Amino acid sequence: MAALLPTASGTPAATEIPVEPPAGMRRRKWIPYALLAPGLLWLAVFFVYPVFQLVMASLWDPSGSVETGYTFAWAFSNYADAWEMFHVQFLRSLGYALITTVVCLLLGYPLAYAIAIKGGRWKNLMLVGVIAPFFTSFLVRTYAWKAILSDSGPVVDFLKWAHLLGPDGRLLATEFAVIAGLVYNFLPFMVLPLYASLDKLDVRLLEAARDLYHGPVRSFFRVTLPLSMPGVIAGTLLTFIPSAGDYVNAQLLGGPNTQMIGSVIQSRFLVVNDYPIASALSVMLMVTILVLVTIYVSTAGTEEVV
Amino acid sequence: MTDQDLCIENVTKTFGGFTAVDDLTLTIPDGSFFALLGASGCGKTTTLRMVAGLEEPNAGRITLGGLDITRMRPYKRPVNTVFQSYALFPHMSVEDNVAFGLRRKGENRAETRRKVAEMLDLVQLGQYGSRRPAQLSGGQQQRVALARALVNNPEVLLLDEPLGALDLKLRRQMQIELKRIQTEVGITFVHVTHDQEEAMTMADTVAVMQAGRIEQLGAPAEMYEFPASAFVANFLGQSNLIKAEVTGQADGHVTVDAHGNRLAVPAGRCRVTSGTALLGVRPEKLHLADGPDAVPSGHAAVQGVVTDASFTGVSTQYLVRAPWGSELTVFVPNSGIANPALPGTEVAVHWSPAHSFLVGS
Repeated sequence: MAALLPTASGTPAATEIPVEPPAGMRRRKWIPYALLAPGLLWLAVFFVYPVFQLVMASLWDPSGSVETGYTFAWAFSNYADAWEMFHVQFLRSLGYALITTVVCLLLGYPLAYAIAIKGGRWKNLMLVGVIAPFFTSFLVRTYAWKAILSDSGPVVDFLKWAHLLGPDGRLLATEFAVIAGLVYNFLPFMVLPLYASLDKLDVRLLEAARDLYHGPVRSFFRVTLPLSMPGVIAGTLLTFIPSAGDYVNAQLLGGPNTQMIGSVIQSRFLVVNDYPIASALSVMLMVTILVLVTIYVSTAGTEEVV
Repeated sequence: MTDQDLCIENVTKTFGGFTAVDDLTLTIPDGSFFALLGASGCGKTTTLRMVAGLEEPNAGRITLGGLDITRMRPYKRPVNTVFQSYALFPHMSVEDNVAFGLRRKGENRAETRRKVAEMLDLVQLGQYGSRRPAQLSGGQQQRVALARALVNNPEVLLLDEPLGALDLKLRRQMQIELKRIQTEVGITFVHVTHDQEEAMTMADTVAVMQAGRIEQLGAPAEMYEFPASAFVANFLGQSNLIKAEVTGQADGHVTVDAHGNRLAVPAGRCRVTSGTALLGVRPEKLHLADGPDAVPSGHAAVQGVVTDASFTGVSTQYLVRAPWGSELTVFVPNSGIANPALPGTEVAVHWSPAHSFLVGS
């Protein structure tokens, strides 16, 4: 997994001679563990335990309720029920996340390339431009999108004027609005890792490719793209994973036909109070993403990644 | 002159206000080992990059075998480069690096494999084909870079300080290796270097560049023995340069007055024949004698005092202070007979006039 980090660089020197550490060094072997301890403790309390709780809750007896209390019953039927009820939203979420990731990659790669390779002295300013949205809350920005895409908003007005949208047409509550919101919100997570790996690209390698009969397009596919794969992998993961589980965009910009699994889980937990189904959905989402990511990372080939 | 000569005609290249290459004209004969020698910033690498197509000249023309390649895209030129930093593709094996150009040229697979294997053998890396560049030493990486360029059988191979990153011993070894390979493949090599010894060891023809222009061009021995200017005399090996006034010419010699010493230089070895000049003699062509009486007849001589003697193994290097204050460097081969002259000893420094030369000051 180290290859996911765009900053992980180089292979270790081929001839590294193991050196016996001096006595004083050996005695401090506990130091790495001491450094790990606070983080591990944090994860144990706020991640491992809640996940354990979630898995347990997904197996509770579904006949219970918040009022009467739940009993643990190895109720695997919760998963079947959850799938039965919400597979549409579940698959839709994965589909939206996939489209979002692809659009982010197509928009983000040229942007990251331009900043890293052609940015010159504007590099830092352009990076600030990419990060600037983070200075405002995620929620506020999505509300702003709601205003922009609203039925009486400027975008709809323009599209109607240009006859690209019928007189009753709207953007809000469409798939377009949800995916546009997702793309907007997660684009920086694609751009930053891509930038980090493209910024390290030695432009002399591109000169070498040109010298060896490769035009700009071929140089890109044989040299630039393979060498930026760590950034592509990190960027696509950072975009796909959160957008698959996102519910804010679907909630604010979408309608009943664009509901995503995140919204379902949220409403099952907080509105319907159906804990077993909500937990089962959460676990399904988590496991599905984990499996997809594992397949993706192993086929995208960390082999090519230096 | 054959058909595949590389001609650079009146080429100028400026970067902002800086003129890197200044109206350069140069013909590099087909099949020669040509060295562009100069200090950093003299325009030698820029010249090379213009031939490779990585820079475009502001003015002038570059032709290869009569074909104008001045504005041809680099990936269309029959020219390949060994880069200073090697620029090996880190994500590919050695084999894939070497095959990179061939695959693009549409060679069939079997042919590519055969050529790559053959080339790796030529640079003695036959067993390293499946390794990644990062797993090789600097010298091995250098040879991969050479193989990657050479395998395409270019009309001209450009080498940009290819040995600069190697240690001295490896550099010597690679110099001989490169020379051997060039003889074997017969491709024109244009070698850019700031190391005069490297240029002289390897090249048939050396062009000394300074400030974007060619200072002198010729065979190494010819240039060493009779440099065109004080710059070349100092850049190519060491020289003792003595300030002198030309006083006249007599039976095939130019006579000069150097700080009161009347000296003669054969007319054929004078770049200038009037005014103030510099009389030059290489340190290994100076000899020491105990006094004026011991100077062989026909030799020119000046008196001096030994100020330093350092033993270097093959020779002893003396510094001798001349009466006018400057110091002359004298290399005396260590053939094991004479006792070394100690600092403070009065000596006569003498040389055969045929070994001296006169250049403009």
